[in-house]
Amino acid sequence: MAYLELNGLHRNFGAVKALDGIEISLGEGEFLSLLGPSGCGKTTALRLVAGFDQPDAGTIVVDGRDITRTTPSKRDMGMVFQAYSLFPNMTAQQNVEFGLRIRGKDRADRRKRVSDLLELVGLGHAGDRYPHQLSGGMQQRVALARALAIEPRVLLLDEPLSALDAKVRVQLREEIRRIQLEFGITTLYVTHDQEEALSVSDHVAVMYRGRIEQMGAPAEMYSAPATPFVAEFIGTMNRLEATVVDPERGVVETGGVTLTVAAARGKPRGARVLVLIRPETVEVAASNGGGANTVRGEVLTHTFLGPVTRLRIAGAEASLIADMPTARAAALPPGSKVDASLPAEEARLLDLSDEPLPEIAEEPAPAGR
Amino acid sequence: MTRKWIAPSAVIWLLLAFAYFVIPLLGSFLFSLNKLATGTCCTVHWYGTILHSGAFWQSLKVSLLLALETIAISLALFVPTIYLVHLKMPKLRPVLAFLALIPFVVPPIVMVVGLLNFYKGAPIWFYDQPWGFLATAYVILAFPYMFFSLDAGFRSIDVHTLTEASQSLGASWPTTLGRVILPNIRSAALAGSFLTLAIVMGEFTIASLSAFHTFPIYIQSVNESEAYGAAAVTVLSFGITWVAMLSLLFVGRKRGARAAVIAGAR
Repeated sequence: MAYLELNGLHRNFGAVKALDGIEISLGEGEFLSLLGPSGCGKTTALRLVAGFDQPDAGTIVVDGRDITRTTPSKRDMGMVFQAYSLFPNMTAQQNVEFGLRIRGKDRADRRKRVSDLLELVGLGHAGDRYPHQLSGGMQQRVALARALAIEPRVLLLDEPLSALDAKVRVQLREEIRRIQLEFGITTLYVTHDQEEALSVSDHVAVMYRGRIEQMGAPAEMYSAPATPFVAEFIGTMNRLEATVVDPERGVVETGGVTLTVAAARGKPRGARVLVLIRPETVEVAASNGGGANTVRGEVLTHTFLGPVTRLRIAGAEASLIADMPTARAAALPPGSKVDASLPAEEARLLDLSDEPLPEIAEEPAPAGR
Repeated sequence: MTRKWIAPSAVIWLLLAFAYFVIPLLGSFLFSLNKLATGTCCTVHWYGTILHSGAFWQSLKVSLLLALETIAISLALFVPTIYLVHLKMPKLRPVLAFLALIPFVVPPIVMVVGLLNFYKGAPIWFYDQPWGFLATAYVILAFPYMFFSLDAGFRSIDVHTLTEASQSLGASWPTTLGRVILPNIRSAALAGSFLTLAIVMGEFTIASLSAFHTFPIYIQSVNESEAYGAAAVTVLSFGITWVAMLSLLFVGRKRGARAAVIAGAR
């Protein structure tokens, strides 16, 4: 049975539809990430759950109780914000204690819980420090402890790592997941960082223009994107716009190259489709005259990514990205003539509507309010 | 290691600024020590006379109480207002800032006449005691100082995030304001209070026109009869205002010291 339900949530800001009928159903103790570019509505959805904003239509139900019109202070939601939100006039300890004092817990219980939580986030030694004496990562740990102190029904995390440096982000996101599993707390996590979302979540919901494009397990989102947007947003993807030329054999044509794609069988002749191929599945070799499902081209650039090197290949027919082991990539320097063999038989295929494909910035800006 | 030194030009400017403020005060002090008969130094007779005068203490009490009342009303009125404007109605901020400039622009005489007309139907007690009409006028007079001080305080903190964090932890509006917001704008509230105190302690026109015997009125009455005595009152009033400010600072800092330090470090 669902523990947190968002039913048909709509929220408009003037003419802008920030949320356009959001439906989410999350089981108790599950971790859902709302993932999407800036302005997709993910923070708005989180703020509605927290009670900081009201939906124009739809309901929010937690554990069978409709809380849509409940004030934020009565919702029992623990929230960690994107901006540093510790109370500057209180020590780390007093910050964590704040919610417990409001609830009238006795002093001994408060002290014990605060001490346990600060230990849990690795800050048992820093309870007496004020926020300005803590690093960004430490402040967010205290904020997490503060949110957990009240034993919230749902933990809400609004891009809590976006202001931190790369190493601390990875470390802290793993800690968040560890603590979430330890407490078994239902969690809603907002981020624009797909790696973050895929690495810590039970479920990921990709949002775009106020709607959920697809929701599923991280592996499913990566391997079987349901829409062109999801395909583009999750991981790197070669997108080849093609036309079905032989529905019986599953042959599609893209920029003069014909590919045989199993998923194209049975599609109407002349249908416009999008062939999706992950860079790590493209096989690149020195040109030897081509072959089936092969695009001929020239290596334009190398991007070193550690164990793999990303090759940008410009062909006469299509441009591609291919990832190959760094040791082998050295044999194909920029300027090399290559054959890129596409595993088109197993490629994903999406019907291409008349709607133009979305453009996604490489590094989305932090979401505004 | 290089030794820190101050440029000679900076020293000259510092001395000039120091002289600008200190010479008149020193002049008044030396003048206040003169004997009536010879017009030469030195006697503390005038200080004794003033400190034994009932009118001095009475007017001082009225002005200090008026200052405290003005500060209390101003804080009670403006802190929640400016908080709400920052939180919910940021578009109203320029309107408030404009309104806050009006007391600078409107001459006190115009303001008194206007206020007297406005409060024409008010009950007698409102005019009878300084705590009614005069306090109201002083709140208006102190509005710009209080507004700009508090506004700067609210701008230095993330009002939205702190409020939402507090509410998500279960705090009501009054608790959020009292335990989270106020301690973090304490320095700004203190600054506004200092300015208000200084204004009320020195305001003459409105008190005179509305016929209340405040401290500045007393100074003026002494000035009319005894020049040396007036100088002594001036020096005393300077000292008293500073002592009052330091007391306010002490009371405010006692609980808000840490907040003030943190606010300074932001």
